[in-house]
Amino acid sequence: MAAPGYWRGVALVAAVFLAILLFVPAWFDLFEVLQMTQYVVLALYALSLAYIWGFGGIVSFGQAGFFGLGGYAFAVLSINMGDTTVPFLLTIALCFAFAAVLGYFMFYGRLSDVYLGVVTLVVALIMWKLISHTAGPEYAIGKARLGGFNGIPSIPIMRVPFTDREMDPGEMFQYFMGLLIFVYLLLHVLIRSKFGRIAISIRENEVRTGLLGYDIRRYKLLVFSIGGALGGASGAMWATYQTFIDPNAFSLEMSAKCLIWVMAGGVGTLVGPIVGVVALQYLSLKLGETAFINNLVILGIVLVLLVLLMPRGIVPTLHDWLRKGIALVRQPSRGGAP
Amino acid sequence: MDFALIVLIELLRAVAGLVLIAAGLAIIFGMMRVINIAHGEFLMLGGYTVVLTTKLGVNLWVAILVLAPLFVGVFGIIVERCIIQFLYNRLLDSILATWGLSLLLIGAVTVVFGNTVEGVATPLGGFDIGDYKMASYTLVLIFAAALILAAIYAVLRYTRFGLIARSTMQNPGMAEALGVNSKLVYMATFGIGAALTGLAGGLLAPIAGVVPSMGVYFIGQAFITVVTGGSAIVAGTLSASTMLGTLSQSITFLSGPVFGDAALLLVALILLRLLPQGITGRIFSRSL
Repeated sequence: MAAPGYWRGVALVAAVFLAILLFVPAWFDLFEVLQMTQYVVLALYALSLAYIWGFGGIVSFGQAGFFGLGGYAFAVLSINMGDTTVPFLLTIALCFAFAAVLGYFMFYGRLSDVYLGVVTLVVALIMWKLISHTAGPEYAIGKARLGGFNGIPSIPIMRVPFTDREMDPGEMFQYFMGLLIFVYLLLHVLIRSKFGRIAISIRENEVRTGLLGYDIRRYKLLVFSIGGALGGASGAMWATYQTFIDPNAFSLEMSAKCLIWVMAGGVGTLVGPIVGVVALQYLSLKLGETAFINNLVILGIVLVLLVLLMPRGIVPTLHDWLRKGIALVRQPSRGGAP
Repeated sequence: MDFALIVLIELLRAVAGLVLIAAGLAIIFGMMRVINIAHGEFLMLGGYTVVLTTKLGVNLWVAILVLAPLFVGVFGIIVERCIIQFLYNRLLDSILATWGLSLLLIGAVTVVFGNTVEGVATPLGGFDIGDYKMASYTLVLIFAAALILAAIYAVLRYTRFGLIARSTMQNPGMAEALGVNSKLVYMATFGIGAALTGLAGGLLAPIAGVVPSMGVYFIGQAFITVVTGGSAIVAGTLSASTMLGTLSQSITFLSGPVFGDAALLLVALILLRLLPQGITGRIFSRSL
């Protein structure tokens, strides 16, 4: 393994992100900063799936379940507690625990890929249904009314940790970007650790890893739970960024988007899905301005084309083509040599 | 006594509902191990076929029993030719591609027909059981579900096509060596599964609101039924529908429809923890 080169790449990406963190609030106007905050939150959401799919071989079709749960948990907790730092941490813990319970049923039942995907998908669906039916005043947790289809309004804005001061948009962008960089580095450390290598070997060959004496169920459970916690964190950030959350956070569309971003960016990388989020969100923003193209149509076409033409993702496929192209150009000279 | 009869009919209706929405999916999954995420949208297309053709003056029963399955079946074959056929043995990719198709269909239908609820009046009126009133259409649904299961069983068990289909399901390589065109079998199976789904969508049109996103309300139940049932098409669908339908309908009686769905999921999760291959993975494993 070319470890030095690997870490050089990671450091380069982190440095670029850090530069973005430092300069964006000063150089761009308010609207663009808000837009980019959205990309950052969704990038973290994409990372949650990119990690469990790319480095644990677990394809969750219901990642929106964690996204929505995180959003709603943060909304309820922060409205009741009046603070944001502790609720944020509690939300992450809650989503980790929820993923662990769900994962217990799936991994200790040794569900195969398809079944696992379907179960996660249905879990998110049922959560969507449940939360959509909480319209009446009797559905309230403490001071927070769940509000059914209308969602929860006036969720507190993220405060500077351990103070009462609300962040302004620039600060929020920097805070979230900092979190994204932290998670990005953390995941890389995790992937390169013994735990991460075993998780990757499970992705490569589950039976063989099991026969080597590793309890694959436990490793998968932990990977899935970490993914759940990250998904929940991004959901909480989404809620405080919008100061609003509604059942659509749980929707199939939200799960599908995550899959599309990760697929577009390439499964098995962490930076790819982040690029995927920015590229595809920007695309749908631009195409959405032309009112006659439905957003779902675009998403659907992108997904079908990705699967049929570039099953490994845009970045790896282009990389392959480039290498083949170079090899093609070089071949004649090599063949001509005696 | 009257109340008990009503409860029984309601339970049967819940089971029949699950059979109807899951049968097409079960055929496609059981035969080719493809999970069709666009299943809900196939139902929706069946519903729209009925709504639109009856508006044009076609007889309701012709629309439900002939036009809806025909249209969705042909559509399914087109989908199989354009997308699915490239993705056999790539399970995950086939799921993702059909998911893309699902989003595409919701979006496209919304653009064409708008995001409004369409509907057709429930035919046949009702009848009285003691002090209670019951829609006759409920009995049609129960009857249709029973008939569909019987038909699937009969075709698989007693016809030449059924024999070929079962052999392809069991061992595609060997079937091909004996001269079966497995591609054709897969195409036909997908078409039949889609047609059944269209029929189910048509049957549901008079009792459910037809909207572009109506599929979402059914696919959760359909997937859970198929996954819990396991790979045997008839036995799996029947056993899973009976168990889950009865349970969720009972919970619905006690605490409202939302928790019925949640209970369905919870039971399915526990079942899958105990029987990871579905009910027919261990019990009835040699049945159809």
